[in-house]
Amino acid sequence: MRVIELQGGAVAIGGRPVLRGIDLVVDDGDFIALMGANGSGKSTLVRALTGLRPLAAGRLELFGTPFADFSDWRRVGFVPQRTGATSGVPASVWEVVAAGRLTHRRLLRPLGRADRAAITEALEVVGLAERARDGVSQLSGGQQQRVLIARALAGQPELFFLDEPTAGVDLPNQHALADALGQLKQRGATVVLVAHELGPLAPLVDRAVVMRDGRKAWDGAPLADHEVHQPWLDETHSHHHASHLDLTRHDHVPHVAVPLGTRPDGDER
Amino acid sequence: MSTVDLFSLPFMQRAMIAAVFVGLAAPVVGTYLVQRRLALMGDGLGHVAVTGVALGLLTGTSPTWTAVVVAVLGAVLIEVIRERGHTNGDVALALLFYGGLAGGVLLTGLGGQSAARLQTFLFGSITTISLTDVLVTIALAALVIGLGVGLAPQLFAVAQDQEFAKVAGLDVRAYNLLVAVLAAVSVTVAMRTVGLLLVSALMVVPVATSQQLTRSFRTTLVAAMALGTVASLGGLVISALVPAGVTVSPGPTIVLLSLAGFAVTWPIGIWLRHRQRLTAPFPAGPLEPVAHGEAHEHDHGPTCGHVAVPHDDHVDYVHDGHRHAVHGEHYDEH
Repeated sequence: MRVIELQGGAVAIGGRPVLRGIDLVVDDGDFIALMGANGSGKSTLVRALTGLRPLAAGRLELFGTPFADFSDWRRVGFVPQRTGATSGVPASVWEVVAAGRLTHRRLLRPLGRADRAAITEALEVVGLAERARDGVSQLSGGQQQRVLIARALAGQPELFFLDEPTAGVDLPNQHALADALGQLKQRGATVVLVAHELGPLAPLVDRAVVMRDGRKAWDGAPLADHEVHQPWLDETHSHHHASHLDLTRHDHVPHVAVPLGTRPDGDER
Repeated sequence: MSTVDLFSLPFMQRAMIAAVFVGLAAPVVGTYLVQRRLALMGDGLGHVAVTGVALGLLTGTSPTWTAVVVAVLGAVLIEVIRERGHTNGDVALALLFYGGLAGGVLLTGLGGQSAARLQTFLFGSITTISLTDVLVTIALAALVIGLGVGLAPQLFAVAQDQEFAKVAGLDVRAYNLLVAVLAAVSVTVAMRTVGLLLVSALMVVPVATSQQLTRSFRTTLVAAMALGTVASLGGLVISALVPAGVTVSPGPTIVLLSLAGFAVTWPIGIWLRHRQRLTAPFPAGPLEPVAHGEAHEHDHGPTCGHVAVPHDDHVDYVHDGHRHAVHGEHYDEH
């Protein structure tokens, strides 16, 4: 079954193209790593797939439903890039994870038995069950990241988006994360993971998609961390997309010229 | 006049009923504002409501209702400015602060009203509250409490993490607008008690006090409501019990009592947090070095620009957030 189908996806931020011509198909049960350098558009792609960034062009379907008609959000779990699970008011680990059940709850109804069971189970998967009553701000950065994953887990979705779950997380916590994601994979969940470096997550990945300059540079067998930074993926003359061959490398920043100066190509203004 | 006589006076009973409802309602909205780090929004809306009060005085309609309408409009405007991202949230607040206050004072002057009349709204005059005002206060406070507590799971999720809430299918914009409108309503509810210039204190100070001691959102909310009620009622009673000849207005007394609560709990909060840090274990790190196969354009050395950290008998170089140690042909992560 097709879980995600994006055709010709493009995203512009502030009028400047950030993603161009993205085709992406994700099937049921895939574990996909979106990789690439900083600013290559991998996080933007996930934000476009979750609807946080509108598509400037292209067609997106989730679970076979056009995005505009898609409303079955309980099938989607999202772990945003960690800006800290804390806010201005204390919140317990349990309360943050309970927010993940909102896709299943109706307005003005208390938590039901199924809700509580799902929250407890999600906390067990990430190994934080005994910290449920503690304040989120008391946890380390890596533990907070696991809380955010438990929050997505609590909604029991079929499709997970994780944006840089391992960024700034120490190695023991990365292994704990890998264990949790491994359990998800065994249950047949579909995972789209944004990562700068895979680290302990590498064995889980079925397929790697490498982004460069807002385009898809590689879509296929998983790559080791150092391969992503190989010259043939970092440079413009990719062997896999012939259309790139005639493009010269250019900066995302628009060209600025002094009013009475000469342009780089020699024209007088 | 004995104390019992004082509390049997109708104006005092009305004042106490209003104080209880205001003390319960204001911290509810205050909790969400503090959670979204918009603690001064109540203050901004209070300033905007001054224009509303002045409009009411000018046109001869009830200042309470004009204040509600103008404050709600101001709240919607703040949300729109914030969402469009043209200016920061705090700049949007500042714009309304000064516009609202200046407009209010100007309109009061135009309407030929004295500054003293306006002052009853700026600093509160709970003992002159009429029966109609009490009923309006009860109704609006019940609305704020009902929505603020009933929709707590949704409002919590939206204030905690907007992006997650959006992907969970919540209408983030509607909930943000709801909080803003509830803030505007509670500002006007508290207007007669503590006054428009001190409203924000009753919304924010009980929350700041309770979060010194709490670890969860729910206890923070409930404790803030209790603290707000104690401060509101206590301040009113203290101001009523002072001996004749001394003038103590209830509004400032309520705010100062609330602040006194914060002053008492703050050191306790510091001590509790200190104790938590002591019991936190050190993170368990890997003991054996892990071979690291990242491509290097250079050999780490004194001139490579990476931060050098002496480590036992060798030097590690900080690279991409971890430490590299030279080991033969490759680097170990230390």
